[in-house]
Amino acid sequence: MKFLAGEFDVAVIGAGHAGIEAGLAAARLGCKTGVFTINLDAVGNCPCNPSIGGTAKGHLVREIDALGGEMGKAADDCFLQIRMLNRGKGPAVHSLRAQIDRRKYSERMKHTLELQENLELRQAEIVSIEKADDGRWVLLTRLEAQYIAKAVIIATGTYLGGKVYIGDVSYESGPDGMFPSKFLPDSLEKMGMKIRRFKTGTPARVLKSSIDFDGLEEQEGDEPVVPFSYDTENPSENKIKCYISWTNEKTKKIILDNISRSPMYSGKIEGVGPRYCPSIEDKIVRFSDKQRHQLFIEPCGIDTEEMYLQGMSSSLPEDVQLEFYHSIKGLEHCVVMRPAYAIEYFCADPIQMNSTLEFIDFEGLYGAGQFNGSSGYEEAAAQGLVAGINAALKILDREPLILDRASSYIGTLIDDLVTKGCNDPYRMMTSRSEYRLILRQDNADTRLTPIGRKIGLIGDDRWHRFNVKQELIKAELERIRKTVISPSEAVNSILRENGTSEINTGIKLVDLLKRPELSYDALKDIDETRPDINANIFEQVEIEIKYEGYIKRQLTVIEQVRKLEKKILPLNINYENIEGLRLEAREKLNKVRPENIGQAGRISGVSPADISVLVIYLSTLKNKSAEEKE
Amino acid sequence: MEKTVAAISTANGTGGVGIIRISGENAKEVADNVFVSVSNKKIKEMNGYTATFGKVYDDGEIIDEAIALVFNAPHSYTGEDVVEISCHGGLYVTKKVLRAVLKNGASPAEAGEFTKRAFLNGRLGLTEAEAVMDIISARGEQSAKAALSCMEGNLRKRINAVRDNLVSIAAHLSAWADYPEEDIPEIDTDNLADSLENCRLKLSSLLKDYDAGKVIREGVDTVIAGKPNVGKSTLMNLLSGCERSIVTNVPGTTRDIIEETVMLGEIPLNLSDTAGIHSTDDPVETIGVKRAKDRVKNAGLVLAVFDSSKALSDDDKELIELLENAPALAVINKTDLKTEMDIEYIKSKVKHIVFISAKNGQGTEELEKEVADIVGTSNLDASQGILATERQRSAAESALKSVNEAIETVRLGITLDAVTVVVEDAINSLLELTGERTTEAVVDKVFHQFCVGK
Repeated sequence: MKFLAGEFDVAVIGAGHAGIEAGLAAARLGCKTGVFTINLDAVGNCPCNPSIGGTAKGHLVREIDALGGEMGKAADDCFLQIRMLNRGKGPAVHSLRAQIDRRKYSERMKHTLELQENLELRQAEIVSIEKADDGRWVLLTRLEAQYIAKAVIIATGTYLGGKVYIGDVSYESGPDGMFPSKFLPDSLEKMGMKIRRFKTGTPARVLKSSIDFDGLEEQEGDEPVVPFSYDTENPSENKIKCYISWTNEKTKKIILDNISRSPMYSGKIEGVGPRYCPSIEDKIVRFSDKQRHQLFIEPCGIDTEEMYLQGMSSSLPEDVQLEFYHSIKGLEHCVVMRPAYAIEYFCADPIQMNSTLEFIDFEGLYGAGQFNGSSGYEEAAAQGLVAGINAALKILDREPLILDRASSYIGTLIDDLVTKGCNDPYRMMTSRSEYRLILRQDNADTRLTPIGRKIGLIGDDRWHRFNVKQELIKAELERIRKTVISPSEAVNSILRENGTSEINTGIKLVDLLKRPELSYDALKDIDETRPDINANIFEQVEIEIKYEGYIKRQLTVIEQVRKLEKKILPLNINYENIEGLRLEAREKLNKVRPENIGQAGRISGVSPADISVLVIYLSTLKNKSAEEKE
Repeated sequence: MEKTVAAISTANGTGGVGIIRISGENAKEVADNVFVSVSNKKIKEMNGYTATFGKVYDDGEIIDEAIALVFNAPHSYTGEDVVEISCHGGLYVTKKVLRAVLKNGASPAEAGEFTKRAFLNGRLGLTEAEAVMDIISARGEQSAKAALSCMEGNLRKRINAVRDNLVSIAAHLSAWADYPEEDIPEIDTDNLADSLENCRLKLSSLLKDYDAGKVIREGVDTVIAGKPNVGKSTLMNLLSGCERSIVTNVPGTTRDIIEETVMLGEIPLNLSDTAGIHSTDDPVETIGVKRAKDRVKNAGLVLAVFDSSKALSDDDKELIELLENAPALAVINKTDLKTEMDIEYIKSKVKHIVFISAKNGQGTEELEKEVADIVGTSNLDASQGILATERQRSAAESALKSVNEAIETVRLGITLDAVTVVVEDAINSLLELTGERTTEAVVDKVFHQFCVGK
């Protein structure tokens, strides 16, 4: 029998990486928040790789942290090894990546939710959501409990209509053997939402003691440890090593010989898999000229012997898996504890949403994470945070948070999703941002913490520390612009050592730093007035100085683009009726319903000619409304 | 209600007829203020799609004889009431008529305004609007050919060749940065610099061709210089292909030929200030030469006319000195008469020389060929795809600038993420060029590319 079990401001369906950030943000902003999960032991689970961060994903974690989210802090609490990827490739692409203890991470997140004021964590499967007459949403659980909420955030991950595939075998399931959310998809379709099937996959976990580590390349963490969170002051140490091995001709042959037994290739799976995170069989088929592929062997935690085989996800039958894993150096006798599997699930087409992640057609309904077509924990958390913040802001009758592409990778991610949509699980990459040199992981706080503060997710302590840091950066920039280095043998010998031309008149310190050959560190002996401050301040100052020209260039572009973003398109335009638009453009515009001209211009299939039609249309709208006022 | 606007709706200077279009609620009233038909019928009383012959007045003074054509809203080009006054072609007269119209109640139409109004009133789709533009601005055959091959065919191919190079550079750089854990090949900076250099060369040649292409599209500013009575007017008439009514024997009238465009083969010559023509009554002949001096300095082409039946005077010699480093052609006229002139002297000073008889029309082919040589169009193959507009040129130029900067960034040893963003800037400029990417520049300029009037 149905019964009313509770009322919330914000209800979050799912307690994965998106659901956690959504729930915490809404609760922290003062909304009464309920977070529902199918299984309380799966809160903040990492059903795929035991790591947080990576290229561009590390940027996302820093940005989440800068806005007041939880992921970075939890990763700092639970990491086993941390590395800055891409050192030497330039500051724009430096990315933090941490191996984490996945059990510990899950517990840490669950506990955080449990302790959070205004937040109730419940184990319940939501089977339907419906709009009540008063505009609020009614959620029904499998046990017929009804919850009423002003806003609902769907963050169902791979649970939504989940189906696992291993070779010929398939069964309805969520990740890691959890049961799936079987009934909710019907309810969503009934309300008129467009959903479709995506798939993803994960590699096997193998027993550590069965691996022969002799001759495998070792990979250690960075010293000193650089943490994700701007709050973490004394991070712990690296605790584990990872290992690198390679597939070979034999692996390739085994896979190719058995490719017909893959559900992807036999056509059993209809869902679209991630292009940017392919299974080993995909890699071998698509890059057939490549002799070998790299894989990483990573511990899943401190208190477990399970090792994760990054780069080796598969949906081939278990017997084939055993055969090809055993063909790999170091894994010849490995015991597979959990086989690799593919999982297919329902997700929404994100072009149905606007930049707040609210569905355009369903007021008060938001989506985040894999449900929105993305892939990855960090992508999920980023959206969860934005959806949670916006649901709360709406309930509190405050201005929404819209992050534009120039502000952050989070903004870029959301803009890509709601503007271009996605045809396969969307993974963040540095190449997705046209403003890479500005959206760096080292300055995420400068870019976003003032926004987090304004929203109300940055406490006084953090805010104070932020301002102190900004002052230090400013002061240091000023100092190096004023400081003059006089020519002397000491100075010139250092310049010589670093392969740059000597000076014979005084030169500003800033001009020396601009030379590509010279670093902050190289100049330390001749920089007598250098203050004793945190190295990350020098790092940021150095980047700002060395890349000044490139940064300025990007800022100019940003300024121009923002002008187009200021030209707002009303949501109720029927593009079918606008003379002069090409058919394809009308169709696409009606689907995406862009918020402004800038966004409209990024829709594929909308040409600059169409944009000029829109600009003119807008100006006639304005003239009309001006006339009406007269 | 939109204000009534007017502009010259024929391309500057070309054609025997110039049309001044007036569009808007008061178009007919404005036209009645300046135009008096021979039948004395008011334009206001005329039916749509009828024409009447009459005279255009400015402050009571006759400017020209003209035909007025009336269109009623909404069945006009712009969808508004429209009156078109067709007068004698040539910029000077049409401008005078326009000035009269503007004095009598119309505002000047902004660039592309008629087309914009047509578009807003649902009379024209945007693609049509753009096509209108192309037809208007294409003057000669080669120019039309270039316009046709412009975006669809060869130019796009040419640009895409560069773009594909740049995209593959950017793709490699991105994969290398985004997949540090896959074994993506390392970036070899020497190869990278070579690939970028290759792009630089292609873009430079694209820009070089634009200058030659521009001559074909927009014409070359041409000065006809020479002493009085060497045949400058006759040469002009020869170039125009007919004796223009405006060139009369009445002293002073020739003075009015300030600007005129004539086609020499494929090349439009914008004849500006036919210095010397009006100085016949001038006591000091050198004034003509002195004016020529200033003009010659700025001209894109100088046609220096000499009378071969007379010996070289000091003035001739002074002119010849001026021609030495100028884009000049010595036109030796009156070859039908006995030669008295020291031809060798001219040949020793001026690189390009041609012999004509303006009176008999002999030598025009050679003239054409020499001019093409001088302005650099003789080696231009328009079907190869050349940049057509200033917007395209500036997009190509900013792509080149970015490529240069990328080369410099590699050379300085700055990290490759900086190279990547600059390469992407170059790609974006090219996408803007081919109309595949929306930028503020595109949105802003879309109507400013439209020729005033149409």
